[in-house]
Amino acid sequence: MRTLDEPASLERDEPVATPGSPGGRYRARRLAFKVTIYALLIAVCGFILLPVGWMLTAALKPDLEPVFTPTPEWFPTRWWEWKNFRRVLTENMPFLRYMINTMIIVTANIFGVLISCALVGFAFARLRFRGSKVLFYILIVTMLIPWQALIIPQFLFFVKVGWYGTYLPLIVPSFFGTAFFIFLIRQYMRTIPKDLDDAARVDGLNYWQIFWRIILPLSTPVLTVCAVFTFLASWNNLLGPLIYLDDSDRFTVAIGLANLVTRADTPWNLTMAANLAAILPSVLLYFFLQKKLIGGIASVGLKG
Amino acid sequence: MAEITLHRVRKVFADGTEAVQSFDLEIPDGSFMVLVGPSGCGKTTVLRMVAGLEDLTEGTIRIGDRVVNDIPPGARDIAMVFQNYALYPHMTVYQNMALSLKIHKVPRDERNRQVRDAAAVLHLEDILNKRPRELSGGQRQRVAMGRAIVREPQAFLMDEPLSNLDAKLRVQMRAEILRIQQDLQVTTIYVTHDQTEAMTLGDLVAVMRKGVLQQLATPDELYSEPANLFVGGFIGSPAMNLVEATLAQREGNLVVEFAGHGIRVPDEVAAARPGLAAFLGRTVILGIRPEGMDDAALVPGADPDSRLPIVVDVREGMGSDVFLHFSMDAPPVFTKDTQELASDIDEDALAGLKERASERRSVFVARASPETTAQVGARCEIHVDPHKLYFFDPETGASIVGDRSIVEVGAGRSGTD
Repeated sequence: MRTLDEPASLERDEPVATPGSPGGRYRARRLAFKVTIYALLIAVCGFILLPVGWMLTAALKPDLEPVFTPTPEWFPTRWWEWKNFRRVLTENMPFLRYMINTMIIVTANIFGVLISCALVGFAFARLRFRGSKVLFYILIVTMLIPWQALIIPQFLFFVKVGWYGTYLPLIVPSFFGTAFFIFLIRQYMRTIPKDLDDAARVDGLNYWQIFWRIILPLSTPVLTVCAVFTFLASWNNLLGPLIYLDDSDRFTVAIGLANLVTRADTPWNLTMAANLAAILPSVLLYFFLQKKLIGGIASVGLKG
Repeated sequence: MAEITLHRVRKVFADGTEAVQSFDLEIPDGSFMVLVGPSGCGKTTVLRMVAGLEDLTEGTIRIGDRVVNDIPPGARDIAMVFQNYALYPHMTVYQNMALSLKIHKVPRDERNRQVRDAAAVLHLEDILNKRPRELSGGQRQRVAMGRAIVREPQAFLMDEPLSNLDAKLRVQMRAEILRIQQDLQVTTIYVTHDQTEAMTLGDLVAVMRKGVLQQLATPDELYSEPANLFVGGFIGSPAMNLVEATLAQREGNLVVEFAGHGIRVPDEVAAARPGLAAFLGRTVILGIRPEGMDDAALVPGADPDSRLPIVVDVREGMGSDVFLHFSMDAPPVFTKDTQELASDIDEDALAGLKERASERRSVFVARASPETTAQVGARCEIHVDPHKLYFFDPETGASIVGDRSIVEVGAGRSGTD
């Protein structure tokens, strides 16, 4: 247990250093290094943001202005038709309504996934019961079934129970667990030390209380990952709503976007505006959950 | 009344391992009982069965006057301190300590009072709002203890709580634990593999090996009257020196001979051990503790028949003592007991033992007074106190004392095979 003094360092900032002196040359090198790195990062950022910039440019053009010009026009631009956003959200197509619909479905899905997968994941991770290994293997095997094989039987089933045209076929299945998330949650929960369970049992907690008060709060990283994945999958889901919804008031964002493009003459400015509106929630989600999410994805494989 | 009784307790795991064999133990109310033994001896399993974290294969456990076999851990009115503390990482110290009270529906004011009282005992008042990851090892250990004492249980169960602390902190916490236990007078079962902890903390110490109780006695008795080779070699640091020797009769005296030397066994010692008579002319295992030896030059009036001329190999000056290591041309005791004792230290110790066994050479450690002038490589005479010799049966490992074995349980089965 030696106390560590300040390690002798080559990087001592000498107060007196003229360019050309050894200290000055070193600092100049470091500065050049930093500038290069930042320049590269800004360049890559710009490259990634270019399509978004182009989308914004296109969204702000008036109706008849050509969007695909010989030299692409980037943001900022000379057109500022902000009312395009209002038009697509409320007038031409009730895109805002679609966003609200999708938000309802997505929220319900996240709720269902978290409840069901956390409970099942806990059972596989912590409870010992006869047949648990077999059930787990069956769970894994279900992940191998391609969704194309399931569409038609599921559709026939939902029509038979009378759920066609409602949101129920899009929401209810998530309350019955998703194999991938269950697996992820189970693996994460296994990294939580079993000593905590023992301590909790000695403290008098029953298994439900151990789940609710101990394991679940400690599993927030993996639960965040599951929630975000569910959000993205639900928000972008086109096939499900397309199959089960027939009332245009109930359409979702994905259907709205698809409909915009398949019209005879695609109004690109409105389409781009709708697109930008559609990606906004995902971007906001990322900004708010960034820290938790990256920690979660990284730690899902590591001890929590 | 919180005396704890284990009756014919047996534990066989699902894979067939018999971790605990027909174990009987009575722990008096308010006493501090230490379960000690090498890794894998079953002591933690016994503790977990008392806690209710493991089921029993056979037998009964009583806490107070209730049979608790089928009672879940939370209802047994016990508290446990874990080796890795097992503090809830997402809760503050206060919440950690208050959780069990909350679960038992203790009203908030009462809860608050109990937590603060427990915190005061362990000097935790300043860190009540911190989370475990912000605490040092010693603080976490105290919080773990606080969580245990806040419940005012009938018994404390401690599973090697100090093994993750550094040496100085361990000494300090040992004293704390002792103080708390004496203040609160709560029956305590303490599991450790460190025999120093066992000797300093326990009112009663139970030495276990491979699921069998070897000896149950006070620390002093364990030290001076070990029931068998295993207990003798396990208790005491540095460990007892063991060597194969022969008992012979020379000129009317009983002499124990090894490595070409002989040590006269005084009449009173032989009289106290009538069982030795059966071993005349045969091999016995001789045990001499390092404390039972000294530099002969510093022992006035030493009997010349109690001396060993040696050459010092290693000299460890500790300030208060000097430990002298030297070799003897006698085969070391190479039985299952000694192999297990060596492997409990580490694999190098076991390898060393094997090497010495093949070379038929033993290494002894003697504790000399600090005034000794013995130097490495120099000759020296070591005086062996003949009143501090230990004799063991080479076949069973049992201590040779009277006509029968002195230990209550397990001596027959604790043997060298």
